[in-house]
Amino acid sequence: MILNAEKLFAKLRKRRTFSHGIHPVAHKEATAGLAIRRIPFPPRVDLPLSQHIGAASKPLIKPGQEVVRGEPIAEPGGFLSVPIHSPVTGVVKSVDTLIPTAAGPKTPAITIETYGGSTQEVLYSAQQDIENLSPKELVEAVQHSGMVGLGGAAFPSHVKLLPPEGSVIETVLVNGCECEPYLTCDHRVMLEQTDAMIRGIEMVVRAVGAKRAIIGVEDNKFDAVKHIETALAGHPNITVQAVVTKYPQGAEKLLIDSLLDREVPEGEIPAKIGVAVYNVGTLAQLGSLIPQNRGLIERVVTVSGPGVKKPGNYMVPIGTPLRFLMEQVGADIDSSEVILGGPMMGMSVASLDVAITKGVSGVVVMEPQLESDKLKTVYPCIKCGDCLDACALHLNPSMLGQLASSREYEAMEEEYHLNSCFECGSCSYVCPSNIPLTQYFRIAKSINRERHAAEAAEAAAELESQQTDQSTEKSTSEAA
Amino acid sequence: MSKKNPVEIRTSPHLKKNLSVDQIMLQVVYALIPVALFSVYQFGLSAAVVILTTILFAMGTEHLFCKLGNKPSTLGDNSALLTGLLLGLTLPPGFPLWMAAVAAISGMGIGKIFFGGLGYNILNPALVGRAFVQAAFPVAITSWTPNLLQDRFLEFIPSTLTPPMLLPISTTEWLTGKNVDSFTGATPLGLQKFENTPTELFDLFSGTTAGSLGETSFILILLGGLYLAARNFLDWRIPVGIFASASVVALITQWSDPSLAGPMFHILSGGMALGAIFMATDMVGSPVTPAGVWLYAFLIGALTVVIRVYGGLSEGVMYAILLGNIFLPLIELVTQPRSYGEAR
Repeated sequence: MILNAEKLFAKLRKRRTFSHGIHPVAHKEATAGLAIRRIPFPPRVDLPLSQHIGAASKPLIKPGQEVVRGEPIAEPGGFLSVPIHSPVTGVVKSVDTLIPTAAGPKTPAITIETYGGSTQEVLYSAQQDIENLSPKELVEAVQHSGMVGLGGAAFPSHVKLLPPEGSVIETVLVNGCECEPYLTCDHRVMLEQTDAMIRGIEMVVRAVGAKRAIIGVEDNKFDAVKHIETALAGHPNITVQAVVTKYPQGAEKLLIDSLLDREVPEGEIPAKIGVAVYNVGTLAQLGSLIPQNRGLIERVVTVSGPGVKKPGNYMVPIGTPLRFLMEQVGADIDSSEVILGGPMMGMSVASLDVAITKGVSGVVVMEPQLESDKLKTVYPCIKCGDCLDACALHLNPSMLGQLASSREYEAMEEEYHLNSCFECGSCSYVCPSNIPLTQYFRIAKSINRERHAAEAAEAAAELESQQTDQSTEKSTSEAA
Repeated sequence: MSKKNPVEIRTSPHLKKNLSVDQIMLQVVYALIPVALFSVYQFGLSAAVVILTTILFAMGTEHLFCKLGNKPSTLGDNSALLTGLLLGLTLPPGFPLWMAAVAAISGMGIGKIFFGGLGYNILNPALVGRAFVQAAFPVAITSWTPNLLQDRFLEFIPSTLTPPMLLPISTTEWLTGKNVDSFTGATPLGLQKFENTPTELFDLFSGTTAGSLGETSFILILLGGLYLAARNFLDWRIPVGIFASASVVALITQWSDPSLAGPMFHILSGGMALGAIFMATDMVGSPVTPAGVWLYAFLIGALTVVIRVYGGLSEGVMYAILLGNIFLPLIELVTQPRSYGEAR
């Protein structure tokens, strides 16, 4: 645990938090009070085969085939992969259309043309009694549902239910922090899908064999804390705990620090210390999908920002083209910046032809030129140390930034914990010199990855040539 | 598809705190304005022209070097303005203007631009300028003029207008003509060290003493510092650490020789307040690591008192801060923060 004055002071006031972090303006008032609403089916959905971390899914259908809302249309491409279900009733147009992604490269997607006037009801489902499922069967059911982390990471949920050899999960943490500005989808889920969420928690607790679950909610959503507290009657192993509103409270390693006063060792996953962290939206979906043996076909997306006329929390079919969603909410998209996810960690898209995938928690439309030109002037680092006070992982972004500008990427990784950085953006946010620190670190990491891959390839080639040498020697000696 | 590019692309984070370097520098300048006005009130026209000269030449030097290097001028970051102002405030009231110009040019040139400009300077540029003229013109920089002279708003101190490259005109005769003996111009530090005469602590606090232009009033400097600290433009730990360690060392020296001055005198007198609050806190020259900040502050506080008590000069804060700046890389090397999840 990182003990310092800030944490001690919070403790004295009986408030749970981590030390450091930033306080960006939340901008949540526009959508926090708006109930989740459905949008109409788009005329076409694009479902990328790779919407999650891990191997791409494999299509199960052919072009021209008719599919029903909820039907599986792609199977997992491996253990670290999930199936895809059709969010609409319609006809498959293609199974390998290349569509743009927020990250840049185009990706193959299944394209389905929606039948007009088809029902919102999911016909493709079967009741199952989750109480009778063994933990192993639960894990399988979760994989079949195509669930991935809905908080943004899109990590296949079932994999988290199987902790690595030697770790025992004792505590399940439920992440209801939603620390990104503008986003309110988790807030609405906690208020509107409370029972499904609690069902999901119970399921996960049983699947991993945990003793307890703690729901962490930032104290700017106190209505959700109160609401969950009431709903938790009869669930003695689940508690809800308010945590201080501060960015990035919702990062799992920091939520662990806030709620349990423990640290995940560098380079390890939370399972190492017996903790698994799930997003509230993920658990609410699990709680409603698994009992009916259904797949993930839609999710709650907060659409907000200064460029949106009808901001809100929308239930959006997976695969909805961003352009269609923007038309529905009346977004002014001319020369705006459109961000998938929150404004701190989300990605701005180059094209509105990207699709809403399983990991998209929000769409934020910023006004063009939100920052004045003056704000964009990059000054040299003046060593003010603001970034050190912002970094929740207690790294030294100032030093990392200077090393990055002199291209000492190796030193960044080996001496200054570059790989601990999860790119929350706090350092860039506070930097008075406007240095794009987070972007520097992303570049440094990817260059290091390339270097490691090259080194590994070189080592392998060397090993191979040594072996050939040895075998030639052997054969020569044998011949002699 | 519309014809124009419909969307802008940036990398995350897409939000930015509305604060930049030029604004910080300007805030520090604002915090120093009361100090500068008080120095003009105390020492009159001469004070005003010395400060204007150092500002003009500091900014001019930076601009000229940028142009010589075919680079855009960096005057916009306001750091040259701040350096010029700070430098002016460290000079004696009757300091010849041409020497003030030399201080500004050497401070900006040697102290800052030769190292690569803002952010890359190792030493505080204003103090480099002062150290340069301290070495070059040892008499002029220790020639003090009494404060609150009668005609200070009507005439210059004669030494102020010394023609370039000439030694300053003596002020003794001028002062005798005013029925003031030159002794009243002695600074509290000089009185303490060489005459063993203490000064009223309240005078040190309010600033109605002789001394360098901006160093006399503790209260005005403190108020400026408090304003900056409240707005998080100044690391409060540095002045607190300097005052604390200076007090401890002063107590030790006083214990070994009771005739020496105590902690309050050391904190209130000379350039201690201006140095601790406005010079040592220069972001570029001070550590970024939390533990390093304390180490740096303790070093400067202790060195200041040691130089004052045991050194040949009556004032030591300038060299203490410059030494602190030099120790910076070493201090940061040994005080890197322990990151989250790092093995103990």
